[in-house]
Amino acid sequence: MTKTPTNWTGRDDAMVEHMIRRGASRRDLLKMLMSSGIAAAAGGSLLMRASAAVAATPVMGGNFKAAGWSSSTADTLDPAKASLSTDYVRCCAFYNRLTFLDEAGQVQMELADTISSDDAQTWEVKLKPGVLFHDGKTLSSDDVVFSLKRHLDESVGSKVNSIAKQMTEISKVDDLTTKIVLQAPNADLPTILALHHFMIIADGTTDFSKANGTGAFICEVFEPGVRSVATKNPNYFKAEGPYLDSFEFFAIPDNNARVNALLSGDIHYAAAVNPRSSRQLDGNDSVATLVSTSGNYTNLNMRLDLNPGDKAGFVEGMKYLLNREAIQKSAFRGFAEIANDQPVSPANRYHNPNIKPREFDPERAKSLFDKAGLLGVEIPVVASDAATASVDMATILQQAGSEIGMNLKVDRVPSDGYWSNYWLKAPVHFGNINPRPTPDILFSLLYTSDAPWNESQYKSDKFDSMLVEARGALDEERRKAIYWEMQEMVANEAGTAIPVYISNMDAFTAKLGGLKPNPLGGMMGYAFAEYVWLDA
Amino acid sequence: MPQSLQPWFLVIQRLGIALLTLVIVSFAVFFATEMLPGDVAEILLGQAATPEAVAGLREAMGLNEPALSRFIGWLIGLARGDLGTSYVNNIEVVELISGRLVNSLKLAGVTTVVSVPIALSLGIGAAMWRGSVFDRIVSMLTISVISVPEFMVATLAVLIFAVWLGWLPALSYGVDVSSLSAILKAYAMPVITLSCVISAQMIRMTRAAVIETINTPYVEMALLKGASRKRMVLVHALPNALGPIANAVALSLSYLVGGAIIVETIFNYPGVAKLMVDAVSTRDLPLIQSCAMIFCVSYLSLITLADVIALLSNPRLRR
Repeated sequence: MTKTPTNWTGRDDAMVEHMIRRGASRRDLLKMLMSSGIAAAAGGSLLMRASAAVAATPVMGGNFKAAGWSSSTADTLDPAKASLSTDYVRCCAFYNRLTFLDEAGQVQMELADTISSDDAQTWEVKLKPGVLFHDGKTLSSDDVVFSLKRHLDESVGSKVNSIAKQMTEISKVDDLTTKIVLQAPNADLPTILALHHFMIIADGTTDFSKANGTGAFICEVFEPGVRSVATKNPNYFKAEGPYLDSFEFFAIPDNNARVNALLSGDIHYAAAVNPRSSRQLDGNDSVATLVSTSGNYTNLNMRLDLNPGDKAGFVEGMKYLLNREAIQKSAFRGFAEIANDQPVSPANRYHNPNIKPREFDPERAKSLFDKAGLLGVEIPVVASDAATASVDMATILQQAGSEIGMNLKVDRVPSDGYWSNYWLKAPVHFGNINPRPTPDILFSLLYTSDAPWNESQYKSDKFDSMLVEARGALDEERRKAIYWEMQEMVANEAGTAIPVYISNMDAFTAKLGGLKPNPLGGMMGYAFAEYVWLDA
Repeated sequence: MPQSLQPWFLVIQRLGIALLTLVIVSFAVFFATEMLPGDVAEILLGQAATPEAVAGLREAMGLNEPALSRFIGWLIGLARGDLGTSYVNNIEVVELISGRLVNSLKLAGVTTVVSVPIALSLGIGAAMWRGSVFDRIVSMLTISVISVPEFMVATLAVLIFAVWLGWLPALSYGVDVSSLSAILKAYAMPVITLSCVISAQMIRMTRAAVIETINTPYVEMALLKGASRKRMVLVHALPNALGPIANAVALSLSYLVGGAIIVETIFNYPGVAKLMVDAVSTRDLPLIQSCAMIFCVSYLSLITLADVIALLSNPRLRR
C-alpha cells in the first residue's frame, strides 16, 4: 500500500472496516478521516483496502485451527453449563439454536422455521423439517421440549435457570410443533432463545463426553482443557456452509504465546488479543484484526443502601469524577467505546443515543461531595483483576479524586472468590457484566427491585412496572420508547457508573474470509466456524 | 541381622517413611484446599451462583456430605487404587490424568536425557580444571542462566526461532509429529528451556561436590603417588562425590513433573502441572489430591533413589 499516511496502523484499518460493516457510507468515512487530518486521496485508498477485506467469495476446504484464551478441565459440551467463550465456540460448532442474532442484532431463524404468538404469552415454535442429528436421528419437537426443560431442573446446574423459569409450559403439539407458555407476556422470547445455552440437543442426552447435535461440525475429539477436533457435517441443513473441512479449537491462555503462534503460522485465529500486542501485529501483512464492541463492560457500583452511596450527591459526583476518556485511552488503549452509565450498548437495536456520556467535571463533583460532607473522608473502592481493568479504572478515579480533596482508597483484592465475596456486597466496588441480547434481560437481571444482581440496590416501582409493560408490548415503537426512558432512568438514578463498553480484538491470518462482527461477542458471537473460509 | 542385608533394611525403612510422607501431604493439601474461598458449585456457576442454584448443584453433585468424610472416602478409594471422579466434569480422574501424565513424563524424559549428561560433564570438567578459562566460562554461563527467568528464555526462544526465523513451531502440542524430525522440532524449544533451568543447578552442585572431594587427603595422596589428573578425579574423587551429585540431580529432575507450568503454558503443552492449576481454580478436590500425590510420589521416588545411590556408593553410610 503506497498512500498510507504515517501513523496509520492496523488498528485504524480495523476501525474503518468496522464502520463499513456497521453501514457507514463512503462519504461518512471520508468525513471522519478528513476530520482527523487525513488527505482525501490517501483516505480513498484506505477505504478500498477495507472494502476489499469485507467482500470476497467463499473457498471450500481447509483445516482451520483457532485458539481461544481460556480452557480448563471445566470445559463442557453441555450447552446448559457453558460458561466460557471456549464452550460457546464448541456449542456453536456442534449444535444449533432455534434462533440466532445476525450482525445487525436482528433475530433470524435457525432450527425454527417460525416462532409466533398473538399475545406474547403463548408461543408456537415450528421446526424446519428434515434436519438430521450427527447420529442420523431426525430433529423433532421432542428434542426441543427436552432441551428447554433441562434448564428448569436444578440438578443440571443450568446457567440460564433464572431466565428459563418464565417458561411454565413446554409441550409437544406434533412432530414439528412445540408450544411454549410463559408466566407473563414476553415479546423477547425469540431473542432469548438465541442465547448460547438454549442449543438444541437430542432427546434424552445425558452423556456429554461427545456432542450429538445438528451443527455444522461433527465432534471427533473432545478433551476438556486440551482441545477439540471437528470435521465438516456433510448433511448440514443450511444451504450455505460450512466451508471448512475441519475445525480444531483449543486455548492458549498466555496472550504473547497466542500472538506468537499466530505470527508463526501455527494457528489461523487468535481470539481476544490484548491491545498491547497491536504494535506487534501492525505492519504485518499476513495478519488482520477484527474489533467488535458487544456491550461487555466493567462498572463502578455504589450501593444506594449503604454509606456512602446513601448520601445524596455521592453517586452523581462519582459519575462526574470518572474520566471516561482517560479510561478509554489508557486502561483500554483505545479499544473501548465511551458509555453513558446504562447497560444497553450501541450494538443493541434499543440503544438510546440521546443520553450523552457525562463529561469529566471534577469541579462539579467537588461541590456535590462537599454538599454530601464526604470531602476528606476515606472511602474504600474495591477492585480486582477478576473485573477486567477495574484496578486501572480505580487508580484513574483515585487520582482524579486526590486532586479535589477526595480520599478514595483502592482496595485491590484477589480474583479468587471475588464474585462471591465482594461483588454486590462491598459499598463501593467494581463489577463486570457480559453482553446480554435484550434490554429486558439486562434490566431484569440488574436493575429491577427483585433483580438477582441488583448491583447498587436500585429500587423503583415505576421502573419495575415499565419493564413489565415493555415485555408484553408487541408494538415495536412503543417498546423502544419505554426502553429509551428506562435507560435514562438507569443513567440518572441507579448507583452504577458505566464508563466504557469494552471492545474485543481478534487477530487472524489474512487468508481468512467471511468474518463479520456480531453483537453477541468476538469470533462472530462465537459462531464463526461455520461462516468462515480459508483462501488457498 | 546379617551384614549383607543391612543396606536393604535401610532401603525398606526409607520406603516406609516415604509412604507416611504421602499421607501427611495429602492431609496438608486437603486442609489447604478447604481454606480456599468458594467450593466447586459456586465456582462452576460463577456470577450465576444464586443461593438456590448453588444449593441445587451441591445436592446434585453430592457435595452436601462434610468435606472431611468425602476426603476420607477418597483416601480409602486410593488405597484400592481408585483415584475417584472429577467433580467438575464427571470424568474419571485416571482418564483425565493418564494422557497428561504421559505427556509430562515424555517431556521430563527427553529433558533428562539431554540435560543430565551435559550438566554432569560440564560440572566435572569445571572441577577438574578449576580456575581455568573453561571453568570461568562455565561458571559465568550457569550464573546467567540461573538469573534469567524461564518465561523470558521461552518467550525469547519463540520470538527468535518461531516468529522471526520460522524454523520451529511455536506450539508443542497438536502439531504434526509424524516423522522423527517433526518430533525433534516440536520438542526442541520446551526441552531447551527446561534444560536451561535445571542444568545450571546441577552443574554448580556437581562442581562443588567434586572440588570438595578433590581437597581431601586421600585424593591428594593419589596425586602424590603419581596418578594423572583425569584418573585422580574420575577414579578417586568422583565415586565419593556421587552421593551429593545424585541428590542435586534428583532435586533438579523433580522440578520437571510439577514445576513445568510456565513451559506448559507458553508452549501450550498439556501436562499435569497445568491440570493441577485448573483443578485448584475449580476446587476439584479429587483431581487436586491426585495431582498432588503424583508430584509427591515423583519427588519422593527421585529423592529416595538418590539416597539409595548415596547409600550403596558409600560403604561408610551403611553402618
